[in-house]
Amino acid sequence: MLPLTLEDVSFAAGGRTIIDRVSCEFTPGPRTVILGPNGAGKSVLMRLCHGLLTPTAGRIAWRGSRDERRPRAQAMVFQRPVMLRRAALGNVTYGLKLAGVPRTERDRRAREVLDAVGLSAIASRPARVLSGGEQQKLALARAWALTPEVLFLDEPTANLDPGATREVERIVDQIHASGTKIVMTTHNLAQARRLADEILFISAGRVADHAPVERFFAQPSTTEAAAFIKGELPWS
Amino acid sequence: MSDIGSAFAEAAHLIAAADTTLYGIVLLSLEVSLTAVVAATVIGLPLGAALAIRRFPGRAVLLVTLNALMGLPPVVVGLLVYLLLSRAGPLGELGLLFTPAAMVIAQAILVTPIIAGLSRQVLEDAWHEYEEQLRSLGATAPMAAATLIWDTRYSLVTVVLAGFGRAAAEVGAVMIVGGNIDGVTRVMTTAISLETSKGDLPLALGLGIVLVAVVFLVNAAAQLIKSAAVRRYG
Repeated sequence: MLPLTLEDVSFAAGGRTIIDRVSCEFTPGPRTVILGPNGAGKSVLMRLCHGLLTPTAGRIAWRGSRDERRPRAQAMVFQRPVMLRRAALGNVTYGLKLAGVPRTERDRRAREVLDAVGLSAIASRPARVLSGGEQQKLALARAWALTPEVLFLDEPTANLDPGATREVERIVDQIHASGTKIVMTTHNLAQARRLADEILFISAGRVADHAPVERFFAQPSTTEAAAFIKGELPWS
Repeated sequence: MSDIGSAFAEAAHLIAAADTTLYGIVLLSLEVSLTAVVAATVIGLPLGAALAIRRFPGRAVLLVTLNALMGLPPVVVGLLVYLLLSRAGPLGELGLLFTPAAMVIAQAILVTPIIAGLSRQVLEDAWHEYEEQLRSLGATAPMAAATLIWDTRYSLVTVVLAGFGRAAAEVGAVMIVGGNIDGVTRVMTTAISLETSKGDLPLALGLGIVLVAVVFLVNAAAQLIKSAAVRRYG
């Protein structure tokens, strides 16, 4: 279903333009990191891509189709994981159930993926009493179990300590290695360097650079990008 | 003062001796109110869930109406159901007036807005937390509603029990549509009202004690269920 193409996509809410005529393409393969300062519109852009928000102008198309429906083969992990009031395993099987996976297969797939993220030992513990890091790993497992073609991650480590951040990054790499396209937002430069193959730099609702990671950090093409890399904040 | 003292003593005796009149009245009360609450839950919960999840024109007006209906005076509900079920009324053919069924209908009407209104609040709070995740996973509105109801079930128990408390304690509606017929439609509240005016204080007081005990137990159970659930599921 990739590439995902955005053509002049805008999004306004409450009289304020949050995303301003963004055109870009997400191709299969490279891990795309949407980078930018707080309030640049990264999360909104991602929600538009995922289909949680509808653009107020422009269009979003999967593999050139004119079909406006939202394809199922995509998943999203949020900054604050939403844990359902059931066991860790139940949180994963719930997603599989909604995806139409037969009952007999749900349990097996859920256990497999919990094993892969290192949560087998707590499969039967209630999800909402797990630690923040465990909850985010469970959210990744829930998304991964769906074997999405694209996985969107919205600042998945913003609330985590360094240890949990490392584990989440390792799992994201595993998911990418299993053949899933990764699209992730962050405002953390070090994380962008570690995880990105290409950078989509967003500033004030517009694409201010879109380049392979080495090129982006070596030769940012706009003054905003250069200033962000140097740690200056011209927009504040 | 000795009147009150002896009334309490006799009331205690009636309760302890398992007085058949007293227990018949208590059983009918529970039967009527529980049935009404079940019916109100079956209607009120999906209604509350729909109001929590769906955004549609006129929703605000509906919410205000629902909140107003939560304070519906029982006698007015009794009067309306009476008009519906009386021989000349639109449903008069059914011959339900002055039967327990009529009392169930009246109490269900009284309790449905309470269950719908309170559950709407509980479910909407949960929806704010769950909405993006459930939509991301591709849940349809009915699936999302079912998930919200299941995930807030312990809070919803409290909601349903609040409805039960309202049904068991009201007197106006069952008095009008039931008629307080001895052995047929006489429930705790109507009996207390009648026995007090007749001067049979021990029976009135005995029933009053049982009624308060029932309401007390129900609320204690709700509290226990909820705190156990919070400990278990966070």
